[in-house]
Amino acid sequence: MIDRKTLAKMPEQQRAPIFEALERFRQMRVVPFDVPGHKRGRGNPELRDFLGERCIGIDVNSMKPLDNLCHPVSVIREAEKLAAQAFGAANAFLMVGGTTSAVQSMILTVCKRGDEIILPRNVHRSVINALVLCGAIPVYVNPEVDRRLGISLGMKREEVEKAIKQHPSAVAVLVNNPTYYGICSDLRAIVDMAHRNGMLCLADEAHGTHFYFGDDLPVSAMSAGADMSAVSMHKSGGSLTQSSFLLAGPGVHAGYIRQIINLTQTTSASYLLMSSLDISRRNLALRGREIFRHVRDLAIYAREEINEISDYYAFGQELRDGNAVFDFDSTKLSVHTLDIGLAGIEVYDTLRDDYDIQIEFGDLGNILAYLSIGDRVQDVERLVSALSEIRRRYRRSPTGMLSQEYIAPEVVTSPQDAFYAADISIPREESLGRVCSEFVMCYPPGIPILAPGERITQDILNYIRYAQEKGCQMTGPEDPEIKRINVLK
Amino acid sequence: MEVWFSEYHTPDVKLTLRVNSQLYSGQSSYQHIDVFDTPEFGRVLALDGNIMLTERDEFVYDEMITHVPMAVHPNISTVLVIGAGDGGVVRELTRYDQVTQIDLVEMDPDVIEVCRRFLPGNASRLDDRRVHLYYEHALKFIRRCEDMYDLIIVDSNDPFGPSEGLFTREFYGNCFKALKDDGIMVNQQGSPFYKEDADALQRSHKHIVNTFPISRVYQAHIPTYAAGYWLFGFASKKYHPIDDLDVERWNKFNLRTRYYTPRLHRGAFYLPAFLEEMLVEVEKDVAQ
Repeated sequence: MIDRKTLAKMPEQQRAPIFEALERFRQMRVVPFDVPGHKRGRGNPELRDFLGERCIGIDVNSMKPLDNLCHPVSVIREAEKLAAQAFGAANAFLMVGGTTSAVQSMILTVCKRGDEIILPRNVHRSVINALVLCGAIPVYVNPEVDRRLGISLGMKREEVEKAIKQHPSAVAVLVNNPTYYGICSDLRAIVDMAHRNGMLCLADEAHGTHFYFGDDLPVSAMSAGADMSAVSMHKSGGSLTQSSFLLAGPGVHAGYIRQIINLTQTTSASYLLMSSLDISRRNLALRGREIFRHVRDLAIYAREEINEISDYYAFGQELRDGNAVFDFDSTKLSVHTLDIGLAGIEVYDTLRDDYDIQIEFGDLGNILAYLSIGDRVQDVERLVSALSEIRRRYRRSPTGMLSQEYIAPEVVTSPQDAFYAADISIPREESLGRVCSEFVMCYPPGIPILAPGERITQDILNYIRYAQEKGCQMTGPEDPEIKRINVLK
Repeated sequence: MEVWFSEYHTPDVKLTLRVNSQLYSGQSSYQHIDVFDTPEFGRVLALDGNIMLTERDEFVYDEMITHVPMAVHPNISTVLVIGAGDGGVVRELTRYDQVTQIDLVEMDPDVIEVCRRFLPGNASRLDDRRVHLYYEHALKFIRRCEDMYDLIIVDSNDPFGPSEGLFTREFYGNCFKALKDDGIMVNQQGSPFYKEDADALQRSHKHIVNTFPISRVYQAHIPTYAAGYWLFGFASKKYHPIDDLDVERWNKFNLRTRYYTPRLHRGAFYLPAFLEEMLVEVEKDVAQ
């Protein structure tokens, strides 16, 4: 892998082939007798006025000068090569269906029906969705839980090792790098264990784009030797929503990955998304070190200020324990709120309703404010001051507050079998002991409480009731209020 | 050669002053600072192209933001001043012997330096022994203050730039916390005349009404500000701006003023109908 200082000076990283091709294309003033039908916005003046002429003018179709994402041979291929170089990967793929599509392509590449895959339970729903699609069977490693914070941590090395021993024919191990809260497992050790046992190692780096470009951050999947990774460029990387990268190491065949991606990917990939990936990759390659130093300093400052208010706990590097919290991403700003007597979701709602501050999410015990490339210190001052005000106005006894317990899932059938099996809808209260055939999630963070094929326990029912009371948004089931739930017949 | 300076009050309205000469122009870490000399308004301080004060009409602003609370609260000794790096508010405050402590929080040290050099009439009392200067973000400074001040004067820039944070509910809440049980907060509230300014006024008035038990708005005529018509907010935990006005006590200070008088004090709180309507609309929302 090229070190970041060298990368920033490489002449090829100054280039953005898709962006440059679009600029050339604009100057050619080509007459469009192809799709899209709005024809550079002329056919839809309201949309043109809303988005602006520059923006709608590059909403064009694949064609020879602009390449084609389904089979890239020119400018998209070059952009992917530059991305691979910047991320230290053997191959990189531009993704336009969100990191969800990158995660799914990654799993569909390595798993077939009946294959086992080892993964932590606090995976994003897209991972289990992929298992529904391909019919693989999840082997869950129970993540450690921080009792005080009520959050799932990383996977311990010995837990991964145990799962590998018990399931020697599993095809891969998947790791969150990091979790939504910024917690990392010992990725290098897990890659090594997987490889020694003939398994691949996959990383969900939806929240880890910056690991590739900043200093003093946890190790990235590619430099840890992982085989594939899904990277949310649109989160910390600054590209447009829905754009993402799929990375692969030298051990996975690029042509096969492309075939898998093409199974579900649109054949009309948006040039807005692709050029945003291209320009953002260039920005990070050239300026990523300074950008993420700024973000990290801002997060560290915010943590110090929030911890000075008292009762709030903005956690950081001190959580590191060499194993379940092998590393912590210092750019993340999560705050434990239970000691002021408010659930995270309540603080989240108050910040928005009373203070016009929108943060990423609130769960039962914590909030997460997303800091990135675009943040300013004066906005951080507002956030900290608003938190101090919420404490002054609403502080109450924390007794009776529930934190998020980890509930170990009991997998009865594969997600795919359960999803497609004959099922019936029954009232939630009567569902104890039955096998669920749908997802139940608290959103965000979008980590399943129940996945298809899992047994419904009393703990799970209690959790759903409490989370609903606190105002969490529950998603997944057919019945949006989850009064009824689908179970296997 | 003719040189003119213009400031847009809306995209369609601008105020233009003839300029004799430019005395200073520089970029600080926060904003662009300019000082120029004009035939009609004397020296003018502009931040990011917006007029902050002129030698000719600053007395209106500085007197009205200072003497109104001083004539209501019977015993102000500790004062926090936010913004106001030009020193005009501090100059007025130092005229009261009973004031023992003036903490001035200004984010941008360059503003203070430039005013010391070019606007000595305003900055003259910044070296008073009661004045303590803090170069910090006001939100950060005030988070740490509790039950400390009799009076807080918020002399901010307009709400569409670096001062945005000083028009928020979290800031007013922090001011409430920093004040003693009978404390008063006075802030500049902008102009009610143009739409964008009026919307901002309604938003910040709403936040203040949400935070303080007593909240009133008063007015003054300031030629170089938008529409020449300016408002101040009077927010208080205990004292009412008119009922608790103590004319005799204030007259004993024996201060010579050019705009403020105790008679005008009362009148300043009588507002035109359109403005009263705007404020009542917000207050009704809060009451619900």
